[in-house]
Amino acid sequence: RSEAGGEMADTIADTRRLFSKPQNLNDAYGPPSNFLEIDVSNPETVGVGRTRFTTYEIRLKTNLPIFKLKESRVRRRYSDFEWLRGELERDSKVVVPPLPGKALFRQLPFRGDDGIFDDSFIEERRAGLEQFLNKVAGHPLAQNERCLHMFLQDESVDKTYTPSKIRQA
Amino acid sequence: LHLHTLPVMSFFSFGQSAEIDIVLNDAETRKKAEHKTEDGKKDKYFLLYDGETVSGKVNVTLKNPGKRLEHQGIKIEFIGQIELYYDRGNHHEFVSLVKDLARPGELTQSQTFDFEFIHVEKPYESYTGQNVKLRYFLRATISRRLNDISKEMDIVVHTLSTYPELNSSIKMEVGIEDCLHIEFEYNKSKYHLKDVIVGKIYFLLVRLKIRHMEIDIVKRETTGTGPNVYHENDTIAKYEIMDGAPVRGESIPIRLFLAGYEMTPTMKDINKKYSVRYYLNLVLIDEEERRYFKQQEITLWRKGDIVRKSMSHQAAIASQRFEGSSSAEKALAQAQAKEQEQ
Repeated sequence: RSEAGGEMADTIADTRRLFSKPQNLNDAYGPPSNFLEIDVSNPETVGVGRTRFTTYEIRLKTNLPIFKLKESRVRRRYSDFEWLRGELERDSKVVVPPLPGKALFRQLPFRGDDGIFDDSFIEERRAGLEQFLNKVAGHPLAQNERCLHMFLQDESVDKTYTPSKIRQA
Repeated sequence: LHLHTLPVMSFFSFGQSAEIDIVLNDAETRKKAEHKTEDGKKDKYFLLYDGETVSGKVNVTLKNPGKRLEHQGIKIEFIGQIELYYDRGNHHEFVSLVKDLARPGELTQSQTFDFEFIHVEKPYESYTGQNVKLRYFLRATISRRLNDISKEMDIVVHTLSTYPELNSSIKMEVGIEDCLHIEFEYNKSKYHLKDVIVGKIYFLLVRLKIRHMEIDIVKRETTGTGPNVYHENDTIAKYEIMDGAPVRGESIPIRLFLAGYEMTPTMKDINKKYSVRYYLNLVLIDEEERRYFKQQEITLWRKGDIVRKSMSHQAAIASQRFEGSSSAEKALAQAQAKEQEQ
């Protein structure tokens, strides 16, 4: 009795792995190409009286080619974050995550604490801003927006800029 | 004034009635198949194939022995019909056969009638879906002036296919420019219901923080035509294939056994009323819960049962594939020799 040819006769599927190129050792053990770290730290309150506001240091380290600088350090205030969020919501197709609260009630007079300059509030806000930036900066579509790069790496935010998309060099 | 006694009518409980029972001739030997009903329950029905003859007996049992049952005819029908849930009133019959069992008259005692539908065409597979149902059934009817007595017996039809001549693999490079490039490969484009999907995902460029990768099997049921097309998607399976962060040059294997999932063959434009298609959805998820996916249609088909080889022969085939060594080849030759002796 001869075996009918080919697959018809076999009831067991061939489950051996498909062939793949062995991985280059450089790729396996080298630094990953997706390194992106953003820290929001060192809150500083500047100004006097009613014109006081708090700025935060934003430190960025990366090896992603889309960022012009592989390391950068800038200072931004909460309203700059609000501006960035607005720009991204309008121009990109990204569902932008929320910012930590505006806490307007903290700006009312006759509070028992330091209002928006209260240490624990600033810390809460700092953590929320860091979470926001990490979520946004890693988004491939957000990375195409000029406003994100200006916010993260330019000396200051020019709100009169012309919105545009970044193309990889 | 005299009151006349009216003749007894059948809607009073002391009229004559009958019970109908339909029995297939090969009920002892014919296999049954499990099939889900509309409310999700699973039941077993006789399994029939296209072209098979449907023959059996209709047993009519009189409820009140001794009383006559007057009727306008007794018949049996074999029906294949499609029912769209949003249009319940309209049954689209694509198979409708009828055999008369008795001319109008009367039954004085319980009786059995033979029937045979020769080489019945059953072009489509039985299907109970989210928005549409296709079923086959036998229906025996005793016609009467006021109310018929009828009995239905559902049967299940499977459509079988053989190994396709052309069954190319699916191989594609996809991604987000300068961000994520992957090449995915599935070993076939057409799989039978007990098949195994063997494939791989090869990472060409990884500038995202990928955390997890899975393959979903998605079933899409499409009903309606033209502007009233309605797609109902159902994720039948989610199968994790990678946990952790891949880097460039890494290759992730896929081995997905289909027998564990409840699926039907791919059905395209059944009687121009509905389709059921299956897709593999490759999903990558990054550290921020963002999802990146690529959907690819596959064709599913139903294989007929074939005679199994002996266990030792099957084990020998498997080990030869695994090892590819001479000792495994010897084992295979031994098992083949043993089979030939038997």
